[in-house]
Amino acid sequence: MAQRTLTKRINRVGWLFVIPATVFIFVLNFYPMVSAFLLSLQSGRGNNLKYAGLRNYARLFQDEMFLTSVGNVITYLVIQVPIMLMAALVLATLLNDPKLKGKSIFRTFIFLPCATSLVSSAMIFKSFFSIDGLANNALMALGILKSPLSWLTHPVWAKFVIILTITWRWTGYNTVFYLAGLQMIDRSIYESARIDGASSSRQFFMITIPLLKPVILLTTIMSTNGTLQLFDEVRNITNGGPGIATLSISQYIYNLSFIYNPQFGYAAAVSYAILVMVAILSFIQIKAGGKR
Amino acid sequence: MKRIKGMDILKYVFLIIVCFCSAFPFYFMIVGATNSSVDIIKGRLFFGTNLWANIRKLTQTVHLGRAFWNSLRNATVNTLASLFVCSLAGYGFQIYREKGKDTLMSLLLLSMMVPFATIMVPLFRMFSTLRLLDTTAGFILPTISTAFLIFFFRQSSESFPIETVQAARVDGLGEFGIFFRIYVPIMAPTFAAAAIVTFMSAWNNYLWPLIIMQSQDSQTMPLLITGLTAGYTTDYGILMLSVTITTLPTMILFFTQQKRFVEGVLGSVK
Repeated sequence: MAQRTLTKRINRVGWLFVIPATVFIFVLNFYPMVSAFLLSLQSGRGNNLKYAGLRNYARLFQDEMFLTSVGNVITYLVIQVPIMLMAALVLATLLNDPKLKGKSIFRTFIFLPCATSLVSSAMIFKSFFSIDGLANNALMALGILKSPLSWLTHPVWAKFVIILTITWRWTGYNTVFYLAGLQMIDRSIYESARIDGASSSRQFFMITIPLLKPVILLTTIMSTNGTLQLFDEVRNITNGGPGIATLSISQYIYNLSFIYNPQFGYAAAVSYAILVMVAILSFIQIKAGGKR
Repeated sequence: MKRIKGMDILKYVFLIIVCFCSAFPFYFMIVGATNSSVDIIKGRLFFGTNLWANIRKLTQTVHLGRAFWNSLRNATVNTLASLFVCSLAGYGFQIYREKGKDTLMSLLLLSMMVPFATIMVPLFRMFSTLRLLDTTAGFILPTISTAFLIFFFRQSSESFPIETVQAARVDGLGEFGIFFRIYVPIMAPTFAAAAIVTFMSAWNNYLWPLIIMQSQDSQTMPLLITGLTAGYTTDYGILMLSVTITTLPTMILFFTQQKRFVEGVLGSVK
């Protein structure tokens, strides 16, 4: 009995440990989330806002800029995330081979890009693909291109450059997770599969992928959320152009709030669209990945 | 047997190509810092002699020292504050575990699903009312407490022996005394891993400083870089130099602390 009251008293002291962090998250995360919703119900310019009901949300469906930015982000998502995650999985599998020589050097190089900032990687790739940049020079020297291609002002190639930059920056990051996941798998499973005559590709699909399912789910959710919130690369490589061909939703929110004559209410409505997309896609992924 | 040898060679060739693609942009960046803009555009891929000229030009065009100091100060204060707040919470959630705290922890984890884009406009309005624009406090507050770090410390605390806590209590040490005098020293590797990833993300942070660091005096390195491309013509020499200067601290951290970096990235995924 005395022991239990002591535990109770100590657990009460424990609250003091968790309160500061909790307060910060409530004030700087949950509260702004609620106030973004209230803001999304108002319209007007600058700080001159009036209650507008759901009008901002109705406006979303007629706003070509918004719809284009959603389409762009979905394009990035559908093309980039699967390629990157497959590449990361293959790299992790190769790096996990106990007989591989020079493993730590390979690993260092593959992880290296995640030590750079998104702005730096965007600038490096932007100069690669500038009209007189390295990519054009190399492709012309190889005879693949006859005249320089204006990568960043072409609606499709500009997207390609953005996807390439993201893939370069994040593949190693995801490899870190898969490698950690693979190292948890008992090697004897592969041994017995080999004795049973399973080929490497069969081992990959029948053992590796099912056992890595939780990690694959985690990386898929992280990459999806990251892509839906894409900002740094687009702003610094193309600034959304040509026209609005590469504009992301986050950049549109930024423009609405800080570049154009500020429309905070409408920007908040657009930002709720991201929130809803993140929630729906995460839910679908958890449902699809959670089945065992 | 022969076929397997062939597969092995293919594996190494593939890995070498991947490593080359991974490293080449860094090589391009560092070489670029030593070349003139014209040479970079021409595609020169060897070290040049223009480094001093680039340094001189960069320091004349922008306040490099000030931006570097701003980045260093913001990222350092952010790291120390985050580690303090989140380690306390992670320890609290694990050592004083009970139903109420577990529920609160799951609630806090939900904050990871809130996109920054959703909260940035209200945060900006809140911070401008509170006159926190252009301040270090304004820079660090939104990232001071993250569910990721709290959870990382909570999971790491699982390996911390509860007997040690009980023994320290018998010796008359208070609850906070146990945390600071026993937990912190024992968990130093966990703190190091958390510090590295927190420092890197604060150092590289772009969107939030872009919004709140409005005066030139509070500019950070990523903002300085993007400022260099704002004009009509971009000087690629000084651009690559500033990108190199921004990347070097995080690269050095990565090369010297790779194991801790990986632990920090993985966080609580185990």
